This record gives sequence, structure tokens and C-alpha cells, in this order.
Amino acid sequence: MAFLFYGESHQGKNMVIHISHELQREIAEQLEATYPNEGGGFLLGQGAADQMQIVDIVQVDNVFAEAEQHHRYAMRPQDWMRLEDLADERGLSLVGYYHSHPDSSAVPSEYDREHALPNFVYIITAVMMARANDMRAWQLRADRSAFAELALENHLQPQRRGADSAQDA
Amino acid sequence: MAKIRIPTPLRAFTDGEASIEVAGGTVGEALSNLVEQHPDLRAHLFNDSELRSFVNIFLDDEDIRFMQGLDTEIADDDNLRIIPSIAGGNPPRSPQSMGGKPLISEEA
Ligand SMILES: [Zn+2]
Repeated sequence: MAFLFYGESHQGKNMVIHISHELQREIAEQLEATYPNEGGGFLLGQGAADQMQIVDIVQVDNVFAEAEQHHRYAMRPQDWMRLEDLADERGLSLVGYYHSHPDSSAVPSEYDREHALPNFVYIITAVMMARANDMRAWQLRADRSAFAELALENHLQPQRRGADSAQDA
Repeated sequence: MAKIRIPTPLRAFTDGEASIEVAGGTVGEALSNLVEQHPDLRAHLFNDSELRSFVNIFLDDEDIRFMQGLDTEIADDDNLRIIPSIAGGNPPRSPQSMGGKPLISEEA
């Protein structure tokens, strides 16, 4: 399926990010629909220093000037407030954000680095010709010098429950 | 003392505390007091002495940029909040124009 992104080939020594196939598909569908503009949203999750589970995603509008939206992405500070409060209420944390790179690679830009925070997960999706074809996870180093890549572990959910018995008869 | 709410990713620099009590009569003084208490925050809030462009400070529901900025006066029971504006950008399409600076680190 086109929505599957296996992080194994990009595996680093840093934190491991666990995300379900279902959530990856939601991200991919949103970012394909936003193409050729950049799209994005927040990642809600929970976890410790070395393992992070993404529990939910929340799509957020791109408020950058429309003419720049093919290569720039910005959210309202009010969206951050709302989402941080929502995460707290649900016993989750605002753990990161995701955005697309239309017709470019899933690697952070210099602009991304300047605007990034440490201890935050950045999932970048390359969308080539309206198809999401790579998804990688990154984290800013504490000294702000560069991003380190995180392992993104895809967790498949069963396509159909009880499919074997349904095929009998 | 006024309180400052710390955004989730920066709580690693405040021993996990979401809210920090700060001394000072203005937003600028309160922020100086905050980074004195937690020096590792400084690099992520300030570029030299300027507030980083993606760091927003709200006094209740109001952005201090639309008030008197760092000179905005605060009272003892005021609540400040640090809100990062999330922004991203696509690299230029030509690899040559990306410059020689590596963005990706190999080590942890
Ligand atoms: Zn980007």
C-alpha cells in the first residue's frame, strides 16, 4: 500500500517513535490533499526518553501567505494553546508536529532548523507529484546545531478481523 | 509573583515543571528571571538579547507584541505563557542552493 513508510532503513540511535499505520495514512492523505502547498498538524502522544507513542494527530491550517504556501508553513499561536490544553486534558502531551515537503525530500531545511525546538518530534513527509512517498522523523539537538534522525516504527493494524473464517464457506 | 507557563518541549529545561513563578515588574524582567532560574532555556528563547521571532509571549490571551512588548508591565497575579509559533519550510529545489552546511547529524 502506498501509505506505508518503513522507518527501519533510516534507523538511528536516538528515540524510537511508534506510530500506527492508520495515523500514517491519515497524515499522508491530508498532505496529499494539501499538495502542492505545505500542510501540517500536531502530534499528541506519550512516552519516555527513548520511546514515544504517537496517539493522535490534529490537522492545523497553514496560515502562511498563500503565495508562499508551496514552501512555507505556519500555525497560529492560538492553535498551539488550544492543542496544548487539549493534550493536558486528555492526559497526553503535545509531542511534536508534522508537515509536508512538496516535491522535495523528507529532510529538514535550514528554515526548519531555525524555527525548531528541542525535545519535539518533527515528522516530515515528502510529497512527490501529489503522492506521499517518504516519511521520516527528526529531533533538534539541544545545542540547536542540527537535527538528529529518529527511528520511525510503523505498526500495522490488521486489515480485517477474522478474515480467515469469512473466506470459508 | 507572576507565573509563566512553559511549552511542553521546553519543560525538559525546567525539571519538568509546566509553570514557573518569576519575579519582575515587566515581561522582560520576568523572562530574565526565568532564564536565571533555568539557564538552559536561554538559547531557545533568545537570539542574543532579542526574543526569537518564533517565540510568542502571551499575557492572558494577548500577544505582548500588540502591547508594549518586553516593557509591558505585569502584576503579581498575572499569568504569562510562552507559545512557539510552529513554522516550517521546504528546502530549495536545487541541491546546490542548499549551501554546504550539513543539516543532518550522523551521531546521537
Ligand atoms: Zn520543512
